[in-house]
Amino acid sequence: MTDARAADGGGARAGAAPGEARFGDYVVLLKPRVMSLVVFTALVGLLAAPAALHPMVAFAAILFIALGAGAAGALNMWWDADIDRLMRRTRGRPVPAGRVAPGEALGIGLALSGLSVMMLGLAANWVAAGLLAFTIFFYAVVYTMWLKRATPQNIVIGGAAGAFPPMIGWAAATGSVGLEALAMFALIVLWTPPHFWALALFTRSDYDDAGVPMLTVTHGRRATRRQILAYALVLAPVAMAAGFTAIGGPLYLAAAAVLNLLFLAGAWRIVCRDEGMAQADGYAAERRFFRFSLLYLFLTFAAILAEAALRPWGLGGWQ
Amino acid sequence: MTIRAEHELHRRRFGRNLGVGLALLALAAVVFGLTIVKVETGGSLEAFDHSYRPGLAERAGERR
Repeated sequence: MTDARAADGGGARAGAAPGEARFGDYVVLLKPRVMSLVVFTALVGLLAAPAALHPMVAFAAILFIALGAGAAGALNMWWDADIDRLMRRTRGRPVPAGRVAPGEALGIGLALSGLSVMMLGLAANWVAAGLLAFTIFFYAVVYTMWLKRATPQNIVIGGAAGAFPPMIGWAAATGSVGLEALAMFALIVLWTPPHFWALALFTRSDYDDAGVPMLTVTHGRRATRRQILAYALVLAPVAMAAGFTAIGGPLYLAAAAVLNLLFLAGAWRIVCRDEGMAQADGYAAERRFFRFSLLYLFLTFAAILAEAALRPWGLGGWQ
Repeated sequence: MTIRAEHELHRRRFGRNLGVGLALLALAAVVFGLTIVKVETGGSLEAFDHSYRPGLAERAGERR
């Protein structure tokens, strides 16, 4: 549920009176682009689980997980309005732009949090609902209010919040949290820092202006480049090991091998560059790595989904 | 003083009100769908229905 890709809401303004929210502004408050990632990973967690849910229950579970993620996004926008105002990427958001009042964002965040957790509990089970409640708390309180402005490891903490959806999807189907759910959690936790630090490398002034202790600000850009490679090196064996659990199989393993090689190659390219080289070509390698990291996560989870889809025909997994 | 049936505010906020209305309708539809599924896939339901149910009475007796 990290927020760097949240839309700025620029398209929601046509015909609106100054300072008045349109419906689109409330949608933007829920960070729909982050929500799409949450929906996808939660769906994979739910479908990869060794338990079948009625399609209506599965649909409702995904819907309320997404709504919970949206609620956490609204709480994040409420709390972070002051620094969002300072960053080019975020100053168009509904709260800093003055279209949605801070109290309104807080109210929407709290109301949707309660609704989503209660409805997920009633639709699926209370283990999944408890995990969703913890995720919202973790993102809104632990990450946004506490650690985001206090430590350069903020992205690692935020990444953990964003890693819960597949685990919640898995719990919605099975009522428990297994090794496979933990593997999917670990995949996203380890993927998030290199993804966002690559973004931080080419959006430097934004984080500097807001005083957010991004690794690039506190430890310098050289250290950030090294950290990207370090996380990529840890991510690769974890991604490969996930292939030997119940969610994996030959197809996943092949995809993970190729994707992690490319991910490592991109990280290596970044660590071999200095600021002069990066500025000379407009941070081309960093931008390419950032874009590829999105594809990496999508294809890794798509491979897990493919293994689950092939299982009924005796083709998926290690059977 | 005349009562204006439609204030300018109503026109301006039509999109927002429509959106909220549709979202609430969608929520009601999801809750309704869930209710149907839960009732259809749940175990047999027994409750007080104004008639004597020997099955319930015996089970109550067993517990005592």
